[in-house]
Amino acid sequence: MTGPLLSIRGLTKAYPGVVANDDVSFDIQPGEVHALLGENGAGKSTLVKMIYGLVKPDQGEMVLGGSAYAPGQPQEARARGVAMVFQHFSLFDALNVAENVALGMAEPPKTNELAERIRTVSEQYGLPLDPWKLVGDLSAGERQRVEIVRCLLQDPKLLIMDEPTSVLTPQEVEILFATLRKLKDEGTSILYISHKLEEIRSLCDEATILRLGRKVGTCTPREVTAAQMAEMMVGSELHRPERTPAAPGAVRLALNDLSVASPGQFGTSLKNITLEVRAGEVLGLAGVAGNGQDELLAALSGELTCKAGMVVLDGREIGTAGPGQRRSLGLLTAPEERLGHAAAPDMSLTENALLTGAEREGLMANGFLKWSKARDFAARIIERFDVRTPGTETAARALSGGNLQKFVIGREVMQRPEVLVVNQPTWGVDAAAAATIRQALLDLAAGGTAVVVISQDLDELMEVSDNFGALNEGRLSEILPATGLTMEQIGLMMGGAHGMEVAHV
Amino acid sequence: MDVSAINPVLLLASLMVAATAVLIAAVGELIVEKAGVLNLGVEGMMITGAICGFAAAVTTGSPTIGFIAAAAGGAGLSLLFALLTQFALANQVASGLALTLFGLGLSSLIGQGYVGIKPPPTPELDIPLLSDIPVLGPVLFSHDLVVYFGLALVAVVWAFLKFTRGGLILRAVGENHAAAHALGYKVVRIRVLAILFGGACAGLGGAYVSLVRVPQWTEGMTGGAGWIALALVVFASWKPWRVLLGAYLFGGVTVLQLNLQAAGIAVPAEYLSMSPYLITILVLVIMSADRSAAPASLGRSFHASQ
Repeated sequence: MTGPLLSIRGLTKAYPGVVANDDVSFDIQPGEVHALLGENGAGKSTLVKMIYGLVKPDQGEMVLGGSAYAPGQPQEARARGVAMVFQHFSLFDALNVAENVALGMAEPPKTNELAERIRTVSEQYGLPLDPWKLVGDLSAGERQRVEIVRCLLQDPKLLIMDEPTSVLTPQEVEILFATLRKLKDEGTSILYISHKLEEIRSLCDEATILRLGRKVGTCTPREVTAAQMAEMMVGSELHRPERTPAAPGAVRLALNDLSVASPGQFGTSLKNITLEVRAGEVLGLAGVAGNGQDELLAALSGELTCKAGMVVLDGREIGTAGPGQRRSLGLLTAPEERLGHAAAPDMSLTENALLTGAEREGLMANGFLKWSKARDFAARIIERFDVRTPGTETAARALSGGNLQKFVIGREVMQRPEVLVVNQPTWGVDAAAAATIRQALLDLAAGGTAVVVISQDLDELMEVSDNFGALNEGRLSEILPATGLTMEQIGLMMGGAHGMEVAHV
Repeated sequence: MDVSAINPVLLLASLMVAATAVLIAAVGELIVEKAGVLNLGVEGMMITGAICGFAAAVTTGSPTIGFIAAAAGGAGLSLLFALLTQFALANQVASGLALTLFGLGLSSLIGQGYVGIKPPPTPELDIPLLSDIPVLGPVLFSHDLVVYFGLALVAVVWAFLKFTRGGLILRAVGENHAAAHALGYKVVRIRVLAILFGGACAGLGGAYVSLVRVPQWTEGMTGGAGWIALALVVFASWKPWRVLLGAYLFGGVTVLQLNLQAAGIAVPAEYLSMSPYLITILVLVIMSADRSAAPASLGRSFHASQ
């Protein structure tokens, strides 16, 4: 076949109050990995939903394999060879793998036959899966495999992937990329949405860049630098966080031999964690997910209490104090899970601002709420952190992940904490917003706050931290100055030196 | 007191009759909840079915037409619920409670002229040979058709959910409506159909009370059976055979305690009256201690824009 596989001409889609896509055109060649780049809210998701038949365009047309293509619903798109792996998996926890796959097929074969095919295809592409397992019991990486295998079973000509790596470990990313390259060699085109620029450079052949719903450029990712792509995406030079080195001050937060049992059945208990964070210092804590990060945050926020002396804030023993008490003393935290932990999904931004800001911002008097002051506080967060939302009365659930993240981090930063602890502060946030958040953390530290950043993003940690440590199975490694650390050292810290001790004994 | 006056064969035979109304209503509600909709209006749909069935049977003289009318009445009332919750996106809990109140009021309005009348008798199915078997015959093979219909319904619903594509889609919609929508399934249409099925079943269950169990009409005669049906679904962990077990347990203890009351056992009648509710819920709570499997989207409104 000559000519493009999919040709998009002048697609436009407007929602009340916002134009999600404005006259977008591009081509995808057969066997090409095509990147769709853009910040949160640039209209990437709407565009692929139109290609997949979930959203009808207001204007414009598409040509697939030489004939007109206007899918009214996903079944039509799948029948024409277009498959999609969603950002938030479209899976059913209570159903097993085979049932989940069957739901994505027009005419699924008998269950046993399907299970056999799932096994074959998944092994062929290096993504082993047990068809009888409940999806609810699978890890994030395995769940994604289910989605991919579901697509592969239909022999797609075009595979759409919406931010596939945001939930994967580095090893899982490698496996995924190997699979995608294999597919590409077999002639499948892939439309790859991401804002991880290095990934796009290593995987994609062409890139189309969207900003505020418009196509602003194309490039060949291998031939440009990540910084150049980021600038095209943001539309201005990307701001690198800058720090003014300050002499470390007094110890603000100290953990003394902190040991807490995890409340969850599958959690990791914390074991003998000792650390100190000084005024003006940013301490970065690395670790693969599930090594005690959530528990450490909970132990600091006061959701988990411990012996009084285990947590010391400015010389005060606060191990037994609950979250409200710790917050009014100035120990603020921002957990990883945005919806449901950091923010109440169905409450407005004003209400969410009140929930953690009431004590320190004086949004409450004699048990009565001061709504106008709370609204004002929410509005200030929105303005300073460039949260894209219609207003302060929007429900937290309605914000995109990146925007909500800016809001929940901003909410704590704006309360002038004495000690701030954040977990995965820029998870799922685009480059420009991530830079804003990191800069805000550094500014706080410069003002004398002690900051603890727990993250799985090593680049981020190296960018912001003064000192660096790693969590492994609930234990903390030695804490070393961040400058001059080699990747090898970091790997050893994350792998857990205590594992080697056992080997010595 | 004379416990020996209780005839175990009659007891077992009446157990199946006592359980049928709750069983049919609960199986209908199970389908509704599997689709992710919580319809708390079962009691209202049952009582509406009871009077619709009663009125139709008395007017036409045919219990069959009565049962059909009951199913239609229950489904009609559930359509109201479907409109409120699926199109107007009203809160399901509030709408369901309102439906119960509305059904109770509507039924007493319709039933004004029917108090004190006897409905045409529903024929009992005396299967030749089988019903002559001692003990087993009267227990298992000499009931009316609706009893067997209830059993068949459990089997059909179980097979539908487990083995058919339709059942898989229904479960998918109840499990994650956003994902089902993303895959191109018509969430609202499937839920409306499930609600109508649940309404029809509740109506049938209600008519079984007014036409067979207590063949007469009195206001509020379902007496909380709809609530028991709702509880059964939850405590049976949304599993059809457990619903059957729960319903038979409930029916069994109901019949037993009535017999014990009649036999003059030295326990206050109030305790005996509450025993079916207590024992059924207790047993099912113990059984549902394993991984409880509530549909994840249960009770949540769905709109395609989200």
